[in-house]
Amino acid sequence: MNTKQHPASADAPAAAPSDRQSDTMPAAAEPLLRVKDLVVEFPTRAGTLRALDKISFDIAPGEVLGVVGESGAGKSLTGAAIIGLLEPPGRIAGGEIVLEGQRIDNLDHEAMRHIRGRRIGAIFQDPLTSLNPLYSIGRQLIETIRTHLPMSEKAARARAIELLQDTGIPAAEQRIDHYPHQFSGGMRQRVVIALALAAEPKLIVADEPTTALDVSIQAQIIALLKKVCKDRGAAVMLITHDMGVIAETCDRVAVMYAGRIAEIGPVHEVINHPAHPYSAGLMAAIPDITIDRENLHQIDGAMPRLNAIPPGCAFNPRCEHSMDRCGRERPELLAAGPTRAACWLHAVDAAT
Amino acid sequence: MRRLQRIWNSDVGYSFRTSPVAMGAALVALLCVFSAVFAGWVAPHNPFDLATLDLADARLPPAWIADGSAKFVLGTDDQGRDILSALMYGARISLAVGFASVILSVIIGVAFGLLAGFLGGWVDAALMRLCDVMLSFPAILVALLIAGVGRAVFPNAPDNLALGVLIVSITLTGWVQYARTVRGSTMVERNKEYVQAARVTGVTSLRIMRRHVLPNVMGPVLVLATIQVATAIITEATLSFLGVGAPPTSPSLGTLIRIGNDYLFSGEWWITIFPGLMLIIIALSVNLLGDWLRDALNPRLR
Amino acid sequence: MALVQANDLAMSFDVSPPWLNRVIERTPRLLLHAVDGVSFEIEKGKTLALVGESGCGKSTVARLLVGLYEPTRGSFQFDGANAHATYQSAAGLQLRRRIQMIFQDPYASLNPRWVVEDIIGEPLTEHGLITDKTALRTRVEELLESVGLAAQDRVKYPHQFSGGQRQRISIARALATQPEFLVCDEPTSALDVSVQAQVLNIMKDLQRRLGLTYLFISHNLAVVRHVSDQVGVMYLGRLVELANKQELFANPRHPYTRMLLDAIPKMHDTGRARTPVQGEVPNPLSPPTGCAFHPRCPHANNRCHDERPKMQMIAGVRIACHAVEENRI
Repeated sequence: MNTKQHPASADAPAAAPSDRQSDTMPAAAEPLLRVKDLVVEFPTRAGTLRALDKISFDIAPGEVLGVVGESGAGKSLTGAAIIGLLEPPGRIAGGEIVLEGQRIDNLDHEAMRHIRGRRIGAIFQDPLTSLNPLYSIGRQLIETIRTHLPMSEKAARARAIELLQDTGIPAAEQRIDHYPHQFSGGMRQRVVIALALAAEPKLIVADEPTTALDVSIQAQIIALLKKVCKDRGAAVMLITHDMGVIAETCDRVAVMYAGRIAEIGPVHEVINHPAHPYSAGLMAAIPDITIDRENLHQIDGAMPRLNAIPPGCAFNPRCEHSMDRCGRERPELLAAGPTRAACWLHAVDAAT
Repeated sequence: MRRLQRIWNSDVGYSFRTSPVAMGAALVALLCVFSAVFAGWVAPHNPFDLATLDLADARLPPAWIADGSAKFVLGTDDQGRDILSALMYGARISLAVGFASVILSVIIGVAFGLLAGFLGGWVDAALMRLCDVMLSFPAILVALLIAGVGRAVFPNAPDNLALGVLIVSITLTGWVQYARTVRGSTMVERNKEYVQAARVTGVTSLRIMRRHVLPNVMGPVLVLATIQVATAIITEATLSFLGVGAPPTSPSLGTLIRIGNDYLFSGEWWITIFPGLMLIIIALSVNLLGDWLRDALNPRLR
Repeated sequence: MALVQANDLAMSFDVSPPWLNRVIERTPRLLLHAVDGVSFEIEKGKTLALVGESGCGKSTVARLLVGLYEPTRGSFQFDGANAHATYQSAAGLQLRRRIQMIFQDPYASLNPRWVVEDIIGEPLTEHGLITDKTALRTRVEELLESVGLAAQDRVKYPHQFSGGQRQRISIARALATQPEFLVCDEPTSALDVSVQAQVLNIMKDLQRRLGLTYLFISHNLAVVRHVSDQVGVMYLGRLVELANKQELFANPRHPYTRMLLDAIPKMHDTGRARTPVQGEVPNPLSPPTGCAFHPRCPHANNRCHDERPKMQMIAGVRIACHAVEENRI
């Protein structure tokens, strides 16, 4: 049983069984990021759509949290909300985002600019568009470094070369002056990682960092991300739809469905013993390279559109275990063994 | 009927309903078109029926000025023609020339653009060079040239032929922008998988162009065409003003402006100002409509 | 005799700079060898999967088989006859009835301005198979139901459907003429996992019921494991290994296959150390000499640098590798 324990909880005394093995933070360690009841809405001409509906989770310092879900589940939006790059007309309509004890969801543009880069770094999916094609990567790195850290041009340049070496770019002293188009896809993503780490942020939000890359490069980039973040003690919020990547990289994972968190817990528990019917269906639907199966398990139906989310639990129309209560009340994240699942099957008072 | 409903309820329809500018411009444009088309019934007089003209009515000012008469609301010109009626009949010529030349330009331009974009290779190269050549001529110059040649070849041409020459000359430089736009869109659509699927099924290139690609590239064409109607009308007015456009017996707005120009300094301002205003109103409303259409269609195109 | 037989198929694209530039700069013609000698067979009713990373040429192979491209070398025999010769001839239309294709992008593979009925009905009208309107409508409804959609969906437009549903419409369109051979170019790569499961299940079901033969292109080895009978691994336009599915996954022989299987992030087998892969796919415009994989291969020797390995049958598996042939690995 390799539940990857991150340093904080390994040190915490085994107060109650649920504490040590669960994903709730021991009271001693302050979470790096705390998202509480976050609501993101999009006003449209057909009414206001709730894209994120009371999302709550924590990220401990140095932890890698995976956020997995299908299209429309809201995982990218969660990342965007945390970084403060929600595209208007989308806006945060409720809840709070607290980074190192400071609220960041209600900051103005200028204050948020200082947070971004310095305390939160971002890696996006497409390395082609993440880098400005008109400037050399050295220029972009140095600009980022000097914006957030008080350094001279020379010192910043030396630091940039160091970063490039850390991210595995060969001949960094020469390549620092090259332009993005002179790098291959995998190399570019390494540069993007270097950029994200430039100002030594405590939290990195990575939105599908390997989806646009070839399989063999994916493996390299994932390994790199893990290593550099571990070396610097940076926490990572890894947003992706690829469960394999999550399994290999993350400590904990949050499964999202229709703008809500369906289940959250240590990664191997969620994969091997999913407590929420949707997570269970998802894990069973993924073709596994290690076994042969006649038919893949399929979840009938489709994720509801934002303007047609059913009352109560969003998954209840597609769920084989759905009860009366599921169509009436929306479940909170309830303790379900080592994980927490938003499902009435795990209600402490027996199911109605 | 269902199609109209679909359009009304669509994003574009919604954008129209909530844009006062678009609705206002559409209303004004419609009014102008209506009065032009039904000039025979709507106009108080027929200014081109020589029998009804009376030189005694010549150069009367508009009704609200002293000496004006309610019979001629906007005054009369040097021949005793009612300005208001002349505006309507003149607008008819202007709009007819404007729409006809745009329709012709669209047909030629879209056809060339589709062929160039879809077939590529030397066809594309040849057509694009042709476009470059056409673009290097200023539209007015081309029109003057053709009109001049036309007059030389057909000195006693009937009026309809003169209008035809006018339409051709405006079309000759107008088709290029459609060809270019459509070529670009076609090149994008050509690589899309629904076109490849049609190819795999065995559909011929011509049918693919006509039935698959064409409906998908018409969006920007619509925007361009709307705006170009205004440009065409103004070009026609310019040509008529210069004397190579519509003949004086069936004057367009441009001709009326020219006629009135001579009287501007003798104080009879209404003979040239009102046709000018009418021209501005038509061009402006069509332009505003085109602007709105471009914005309404744009985010959907992405 | 196999239904589909490809012999030394090759496709090169001329990506030279324009003639004037070439004359002025004295640069030679530039050829992109997207596919460089690929041979395989597919038995009726079976599925061959072609896997590889970007630039390996698998999509080009797909397009060669359906007649979108003409090979610069080699041939493709379908049911005993030379397919490309047939495609050019008058009998080409008939052949296109028997071979159809499903594309990757569910958003671009359906004409956004056409209703579903016209989209699915087009192959039928194009081939003159059904001319009566009511008969056409009935057939379209039949096809829609066979892929799990409703008959009333025929009056809707593509944008009213989700990605998975659109892919089903593409499948329905491909099945309209009752083809025998379906070429599927990454049909589920753009779909969510649960939707992918639905579409793959439908495809397997249809194969069982209608006796279809599939060529399945993918970069996702897990999906390939699920759907295929035989698997061919491609690298830079060449086939490096071709084997039965069980054999390939249990016992991958070619160093690239091994590397690929190793590199895939796995859901269930975790915590295990992996040898990270070296290097990246080289530029297809200037492929390495000899064996295309030798710069990244831990077992490469001089022969690998000089001589291109031939596809050989070794222990029941077709493989192009000097090291395997010489029993070095």
